Amino acid sequence: MIDAAFGTPLPVPPLRAAGSSRVEHAWAVLATVLDPEVPVVSVVDLGIVRAVIDAADALTVVVTPTYSGCPATEVIEASIVAALDDAGLGPTRIRMQRAPAWTSDWISDSGKAKLRGYGIVPPGPVDLAKGAPLRFVPRAVAALACPRCESKDTERLAAFGATACKALWRCRACGEPFEHFKSI
Amino acid sequence: MQSITVSAHPSVQYLLRIGDTCLILAQRLAEWCGHAPIVEEDIALTNMALDLVGQARAVLTRAGQLEGELGGTPHDEDQLAFLRDERDFRNCTLVELPRGDFAVTMLRNLAVAIFLELLWQRLEGSSDGELAAIAGKAVKEARYHREHAAGWVVRLGDGTEESATRLKAALELLWPYFAEIFEADAVDDEADAARLGPRWADLQGEWRAGFAAVLAPAGLSLPAERAFRSTGKSGRHSEHLGYVLAEMQNLQRSFPGGVW
Repeated sequence: MIDAAFGTPLPVPPLRAAGSSRVEHAWAVLATVLDPEVPVVSVVDLGIVRAVIDAADALTVVVTPTYSGCPATEVIEASIVAALDDAGLGPTRIRMQRAPAWTSDWISDSGKAKLRGYGIVPPGPVDLAKGAPLRFVPRAVAALACPRCESKDTERLAAFGATACKALWRCRACGEPFEHFKSI
Repeated sequence: MQSITVSAHPSVQYLLRIGDTCLILAQRLAEWCGHAPIVEEDIALTNMALDLVGQARAVLTRAGQLEGELGGTPHDEDQLAFLRDERDFRNCTLVELPRGDFAVTMLRNLAVAIFLELLWQRLEGSSDGELAAIAGKAVKEARYHREHAAGWVVRLGDGTEESATRLKAALELLWPYFAEIFEADAVDDEADAARLGPRWADLQGEWRAGFAAVLAPAGLSLPAERAFRSTGKSGRHSEHLGYVLAEMQNLQRSFPGGVW
């Protein structure tokens, strides 16, 4: 393409500008791609999709991993590519972006509500003070409300759970175990 | 399958020390799968192993890229994990020692987690953007591991006569191996000069204060310094690492490139 006024070649424009319908369509599709380990929240709810870029050669989805060793990462990436391809939005490319590091604060309010409905207590705000001076003597963990009966008579059974992102709790009032999505 | 030769560049060596320390401790923690005293701790130990494997994968990937950027042969994470000989592993000897009983495992986890938390905090400011990004994630995981281990060390030390005796024995067994972490050498100095990461020796003061702060409520204190120095960071390992590698590498050595 030649700029008529100056006669200099212009850069090849992207297929569509950012914010175009292709990007909006992609976000709508991504909102249906569920986390394989917590299949009620989408990758958008979890805040791991950081950007969707409409580049000339492929739709680029920028993804930030939740945990260094999360075994679901590869499944999630494959699910994203498959969903976008099925919607006719491909070719798709995944770009893994580590910084800034994912935090549970990025889980959306609707994502948190879905977690609670699924029986997993959502994470509270990350305590930023934890990053400051090292604390070595463990503190008592603040009690969570049971997702089934709302009682606060609960206790943490284990700091780790069935997946990297969860801890195991128990409600003394209703006797049921439940999971907590760790604040990190 | 033939072994690979890795770059001797100090920046690569510095990254291998971090990646290998995470990787070999992960192997030791994974040995607990199905053997921990209670199921919750079985799950905790393997979760921590998973975090450490993830950190090792990221750091080894970066080390292998850097080899290429420095004009050598690049390697991927799998080549670095599975196709290096024992003498080319750069982990501290501490992490290759047998897992021992639960007290040994928890005390070692505490010592390593305090160290890694301090290290990752500094690495968040690394001149290497990828390493800084890895550190930003890993520091949160190390903090969680440290809180877990600290809880158990206090509980064991302040628990029954049996648990206190075992924790005391664990400290006597492991203490001589902690010193190696903080031994200064040229690799450390060059990493510091290049602003790649801190000299590990510079973290010793904070590490000692943090470790002592957990030992106190566990009824223990820091033992006296000993003359013994292990040498895993420079590739001269204990008799234990070869067995860890034999198990970890066997499949890739026997069936190169095998996948499932």
